[in-house]
Amino acid sequence: MTPDARIEGLLREAAPQAIAALVRRHGSFDACEDAVQEALLAAALQWPAEGVPDEPRAWLITVASRRLADRRRAEEARRRREQAVAAEPASAPGRDDTLTLLLLCCHPALTPPSQIALTLRAVAGLTTAQIARAFLVPEASMAQRISRAKQAIRAAGARFEPPPERERADRMRAVLHVLYLIFNEGHTATSGPDLQRRELTNEAIRLTRGLHALLPTDGEVAGLLALMLLTDARRKSRSRPDGSLVPLAEQDRTRWDAAAIGEGVALVTDVLARAPLGPYQLQAAIAALHGEAKRAEDTDWPQILHLYDLLERLAPGPMVSLNRAVAVGEVHGPQAGLELLDTLEADKRLRRHHRLQAVRAHLLERAGEPLAAQRGYLAAARLTTSLPERRYLEARAARIGSSRSPARRTR
Amino acid sequence: MKYMLLIYNNPATIEGLSEQERAAVMGEVDAIMAELADTGELVDGNGLAHPSTAKTVRLQGGAVAATDGPFAEAKEQFAGYLTVDCESEERAVEIALRWPDPRIGGAVEVRAVMDAAGAEM
Repeated sequence: MTPDARIEGLLREAAPQAIAALVRRHGSFDACEDAVQEALLAAALQWPAEGVPDEPRAWLITVASRRLADRRRAEEARRRREQAVAAEPASAPGRDDTLTLLLLCCHPALTPPSQIALTLRAVAGLTTAQIARAFLVPEASMAQRISRAKQAIRAAGARFEPPPERERADRMRAVLHVLYLIFNEGHTATSGPDLQRRELTNEAIRLTRGLHALLPTDGEVAGLLALMLLTDARRKSRSRPDGSLVPLAEQDRTRWDAAAIGEGVALVTDVLARAPLGPYQLQAAIAALHGEAKRAEDTDWPQILHLYDLLERLAPGPMVSLNRAVAVGEVHGPQAGLELLDTLEADKRLRRHHRLQAVRAHLLERAGEPLAAQRGYLAAARLTTSLPERRYLEARAARIGSSRSPARRTR
Repeated sequence: MKYMLLIYNNPATIEGLSEQERAAVMGEVDAIMAELADTGELVDGNGLAHPSTAKTVRLQGGAVAATDGPFAEAKEQFAGYLTVDCESEERAVEIALRWPDPRIGGAVEVRAVMDAAGAEM
């Protein structure tokens, strides 16, 4: 690791603790978060030249406190009295502070995109510029979103404290959902210009790992971490160097990350044995079954179908039903899968969804109906807003076309 | 999700606006742009020069060549665009509905911008 990378790692680790320490003493999340961002920038400039201080976190807290004090002094003379307090050395923030900060950033007053942006900045310690690059928007727009998110938290009267017990389950669900969304943003990125975005996968895993260390008995946190590890294990084989997608069944499984699969399987096995069942655990268990299959044809589809049955009961949703239809197709044959899709088409959200059309096309292809499959792939290609997915679906349609009329190929 | 709002108008209609009408249209545009900058939804946006100054490249007699102006004699011309990053298609359409051009004979087309990311199939 280069010295700069080591420093960045240290800073990112310390950022949420520094914010938490400041908020504890000064209250205003908004101003404290800004002050810590300034301290992070100062550290990124000074440390490579002058060396890393003995207590990086204390250094950040001290510098951020000074910035905060400076600003307040400039803003309101009448607050001067309070500034003496700000110069005192900080007490060590508790371990739960990071969790409280995470819960605050995922406050229900915010939309998911705002929750994500704020979490990446305040908890993951990314700069606004880094977040903006990852989401391909101008830095000014991202800065505006973060600033509005902080205003919304203030307007909602939220404070830096654990939520009341009756709200805790919902608030935790929001946190896990945000971590999952961050992971997905990075995971779906293919190669090439998307490398910035792929970094989000590592961020999500790092944050979830931290959360799992704080809450080792929480089954869903462990389940989410396992799901991320097992999904990310396929990273190298899920797209080609040119960015085109490789479906699960055609991936080179020797390129899967065996260590990540091992860790994910161990996590999910352990948690299923001791915690109340939850959706992330079930999805992790499904990913584990895929991860453990040495060849696509070794996949334990009956067990996967069983897990989807449970998932559909526990956390029903159109995407779960659709994935279950894939499993039904594998276990009971393409015709059974197609019949299930017909019933799913009653759902308006799904009818116009490219995934339903893609699954239908795949099942039709297996059922020996190439023309209908080709139409299905093209319908799916028209509906998706993802370039690699459109390329993949058009290629599938073209493959059927060329295998049906070899004369055209030789023309 | 990113959407591009493709703005079409009739250059002759725009030229025929009174100073007051023109100021009103510009005022509406400025207000929407300011709002989008404030919410952080704005990605990019620009007006385009008059279509008579354009060059169009297309196949002509077996070779690709550039000619002056847009090809079509259409009254409605592509006049500018706006890229927004917003929560839903409904929100993108809501922004388009407030844009002034459709009320003076133009149109705004809302198109999703393709994403370079893709899910495992």
